[in-house]
Amino acid sequence: MLDVAVSYNRYKFIGHEFLTWLWFAIEEDQGLDQVFEPSTSVDIGNRLVLENRKREAKETVTIKGDDAGLEEGRLALSKGAVVSEMNIVCRRGDQQWQVTLKAESFHMTGLRCPPTGPVETGADLEGAVLEKIFLCDQLIGVVDSLFSTFLQKRLSHGWQDREVPKVKRWIVA
Amino acid sequence: MGILSNSVSLTRYRVDGELEEPIVDMISRRLKRYAISGITDETSEKLSGWTSFDTPFQPNFEGSSFVVGEYFVFALRIDKKTLSPKTVKKYCAVEEAKRLAETGREYLSRQEREMIEDQVVNMLMMRIPAMPNVYDLVWNYEQSCLWFFSTLKAANEELESLFLKTFKVPLVRLFPYTLADLAMGLADRDRDSLHNLASTSFLE
Repeated sequence: MLDVAVSYNRYKFIGHEFLTWLWFAIEEDQGLDQVFEPSTSVDIGNRLVLENRKREAKETVTIKGDDAGLEEGRLALSKGAVVSEMNIVCRRGDQQWQVTLKAESFHMTGLRCPPTGPVETGADLEGAVLEKIFLCDQLIGVVDSLFSTFLQKRLSHGWQDREVPKVKRWIVA
Repeated sequence: MGILSNSVSLTRYRVDGELEEPIVDMISRRLKRYAISGITDETSEKLSGWTSFDTPFQPNFEGSSFVVGEYFVFALRIDKKTLSPKTVKKYCAVEEAKRLAETGREYLSRQEREMIEDQVVNMLMMRIPAMPNVYDLVWNYEQSCLWFFSTLKAANEELESLFLKTFKVPLVRLFPYTLADLAMGLADRDRDSLHNLASTSFLE
């Protein structure tokens, strides 16, 4: 494997392309429901950040708010921006997870899991920790499934011929 | 940031290497060796080490106290003293004025001013307490994966350095490329394709 610092910089576009594709796949209903078990859904949450480095200075577009319109984001994409951060809401049955995923680093910030039981005694602590680990693992599993689906497309011959034209049409639609 | 907080930040790692058996004994022994011990040198700016996630100010790695189910759960603690530049400037001004009055001179040389600043910083460092920061981590030994509950650059760098020093195996950060290469189960052909990827333009 390449040196970690070298590969971080050389392949940082993979995360940007993943989040850009994910936005497209969520909005255009690209069969994401087949990625997870039934009753699981993924939506864009309350924050989306795009970056455009095509010009000399970096431009950033941030869209915040629970029901914010994403038109300006699409406009930024049409000018060459890529998604650098996305808040994702994952629902499974009556449970909800929310997290902001950074494209370059895959850092997860503001990760909120469904509530766990109260910790009232020392004996409750181990159970609460295990429950929290289980819940974090559920969300990470969803993110990994999405990333794996993206990778299958991204590493296939059909990426340039089929997937990219669909994303381009969606951006300007 | 604590694992049980309502909102957490998380960096994912892969533990890259084999550890000597028996695992729990070895980890207990090494955690004890590199546990945070309290500041011995009162003028030192920073101290870091392992601590227990449930009693971060009284590290305890006896037996299997850090084993929770199939996971190892403990924490990195970084105690740091932070001096405000304005405070240093104030005490330096007082000391410089005192020195001038004692010597009857009008100016101090650059070397004298630097010496006064060093003395002031040392004196203040001994007087202020270190601020502790505790970052939990969860290590799934069987799957060689580790979650660190912080995305702060300095905390992550400290973790990587201390983990290597303690367990003699490196941590590899899982960002898109390393996650794809190490954890997505790609076939050799796909890994070659990954290695040769170039960025896509979504512009018409």
